[in-house]
Amino acid sequence: MSDEKLVGIVLVSHSAQVAASVAELAKGLAGGATAVPVAPAGGTEGGGLGTSAELIAAAAASVDRGAGVAVLTDLGSAVLTVKALLAEGDELPPHSRLVDCPFVEGAVAAVVTAATGADLDAVAAAAAEAYSYRKV
Amino acid sequence: MLDADFFRRWMTATAASVDREAERLTALDSPIGDADHGSNLQRGFTAVTAALEKETPSTPGAILILAGRQLISTVGGASGPLYGTLLRRTGKALGDAAEVDRAQLAEALRAGVDAVMTLGGAAPGDKTMIDALVPGVDALGVSFGAARDAAEQGALATTPLQARKGRASYLGERSIGHQDPGATSSALLVAGLVEAAGE
Repeated sequence: MSDEKLVGIVLVSHSAQVAASVAELAKGLAGGATAVPVAPAGGTEGGGLGTSAELIAAAAASVDRGAGVAVLTDLGSAVLTVKALLAEGDELPPHSRLVDCPFVEGAVAAVVTAATGADLDAVAAAAAEAYSYRKV
Repeated sequence: MLDADFFRRWMTATAASVDREAERLTALDSPIGDADHGSNLQRGFTAVTAALEKETPSTPGAILILAGRQLISTVGGASGPLYGTLLRRTGKALGDAAEVDRAQLAEALRAGVDAVMTLGGAAPGDKTMIDALVPGVDALGVSFGAARDAAEQGALATTPLQARKGRASYLGERSIGHQDPGATSSALLVAGLVEAAGE
């Protein structure tokens, strides 16, 4: 399997620290899945809490290896901004998808699955499955 | 007929009223939101005004699409994609026409409002911008003034509602008794039409 085929993963949070930390956590828990392109897109461009369309578009472009990009978000404006960018048509790489999943758990599942060379459908399904894992 | 200049005036009038009312919008957003609605929209509409000065789109549709794009990229909160989608979808519905009449604008705005409802999942009565936009667009068939009054009434009528969307929905019953900031800013957008028309 070549790096060219890996699905890219973008982690969108209202907080730059949360996005960066979840990226680090997911790659760490994925057992050194260092080849998986993961990019955080957290906070606003000015460093505040919020969502930046520019940061999301740049992150998505940076992880695009031609196999699709899974975009995972936290809440509110992060979800709406990604949906709006997808609706624009040309703002995100082709085969970008908003994945409906819990942010942290979904990120770990997505990175682990992407590391196996799985396609975008499989990565999205693995992340979404995190919803069914009950803690209590 | 409403030409590109009318639509440019609509955007600059809205930017000016958002500037004037930014503190009030943020104050409304403070008890039931995250106290940034005014400053977020101000940043967005400032970018809209700047973009319209730099580029000079020649049709109503192109002006709204450019304005919507600016809002999506610069607002930083949920109102960016929501207002951005409203203006972009309205602009797309207007197509390449050089001039449109009020009925065509009303029809296009309805498509824009529908797109916002799809994006955010909100319906009338959820205590959101939809509660000002839907009555505003409904009354646009009568006159710009009627649309402004209906949108303002719609915004005021959100006060006794319980929020079912967005951050305010986490507050449950505690969201009751506060006027919705998004509906309030939407009323400003509709009021901008009256100013653009010089009425």
